[in-house]
Amino acid sequence: MGRKGIETLVGLFVLAGIAALVFLALKAANLGSFDSGDTYTLYAKFDNIGGLKVRAPVRSAGVTVGRVTSITLDPKTYQGVVRLQVQQGVQFPNDSSARILTSGLLGDQYLGIEPGGSEKNFNAGDTIKQTQSAVVLESLIGQFLFNKAADAGSTNPPAPVAPASGARK
Amino acid sequence: MAALITPLGRKTLGLLRVLGHHATFFADLVRNMPSVVRRPYLAVAQVHAIGNLSLLIIVASGLAVGFVLALQMYYALSRYGAAESLGLVVNLSLVRELGPVVSALLFAGRAGTSLTAEIGLMKAGEQLAAMDMMAIDPRSRVLAPRFIGGIVSMPILAIMFSAIGILGAYVVAVLLIGVDAGNFWSIMQSGVDVWRDVGNGIVKSIVFGVICTFVALYQGYETQATPEGVAHATTKTVVISSLAILAMDFVLTALMFSTT
Repeated sequence: MGRKGIETLVGLFVLAGIAALVFLALKAANLGSFDSGDTYTLYAKFDNIGGLKVRAPVRSAGVTVGRVTSITLDPKTYQGVVRLQVQQGVQFPNDSSARILTSGLLGDQYLGIEPGGSEKNFNAGDTIKQTQSAVVLESLIGQFLFNKAADAGSTNPPAPVAPASGARK
Repeated sequence: MAALITPLGRKTLGLLRVLGHHATFFADLVRNMPSVVRRPYLAVAQVHAIGNLSLLIIVASGLAVGFVLALQMYYALSRYGAAESLGLVVNLSLVRELGPVVSALLFAGRAGTSLTAEIGLMKAGEQLAAMDMMAIDPRSRVLAPRFIGGIVSMPILAIMFSAIGILGAYVVAVLLIGVDAGNFWSIMQSGVDVWRDVGNGIVKSIVFGVICTFVALYQGYETQATPEGVAHATTKTVVISSLAILAMDFVLTALMFSTT
């Protein structure tokens, strides 16, 4: 092989290295089949999006029907605005509700859509009005402890009453 | 008493002599590196011999490591319902550790041995002495281009190893097992930092490239000019480079990642 051939091969080698580096740096944002033209956009506002991430799946009845494409904060209402791309073939009634759910106990969060009963469907660009925020474990535990304490407070007083009810007999 | 102390002193001095010899050889290599600028083709040809020709084993190993890592991690992670974190786990282990280390070990076996054998045979055939007679410094003409070729090739090979490994993990996890592709990539992207993880991995592989190439050149240049000597030097190249890589990897990992 001549000098030029070897130089070309080395050039290819270096180019392949750069391509691999670009792939590592950008992590090849290759997104399955349906992120191209055949989708429509919906918005949903949440008080708390929890750990929802961009490109998390959108599921209805457990079936993946779309992707979260961006998450921003509404500067006026201080709500998280989630933009989602839903497959064109899947239409939801316009009173459907959106929830942020977790797959498994420690799994990742996704956006679940519960279809409503309305006869009209969402148009592209509509906002889902009924939403339920992500469950924050800390507030859940806090609520649980609070309820426990409240229960303990309400069960203690009846105890001294018991002999009194016996005396009434 | 003196019978005990004298051998200790002799051992210490011997060790220092070997270390000093390595250090002066290393300094010689570095000093001769600028001379390659005048004949860049020498280094390019070495990148071809060291890098291009190692590509096949690196790509094949990277793919195999990615496949196996994905299968094993899926087995462990699916117990905790965290199979989607597979991409992150595979990516971090490849980019931080396995990419630089495994490709450097393969590099020592594939490219280091050929460097040692080549230079050892040049020495055994008195080619190096002949160059010296013609007032051509073999260190700048033979050693320096190979040193540069090794340092350039090693990080490229390590990056390719990691990238191919991640693609292999993608094939197993997403296409075969059925992990969600979006979660696979997005959890990976949110958990891997370009500078902290990918950057430090590249720094590691550059250090390993220096170590491997230096050991191979040293062993070849200082070999006994006999068939047994060349065989012995080739073996030593693999053993010393591998141990040096593993030891250095621990030091580098402790320095880079101990705080995170």
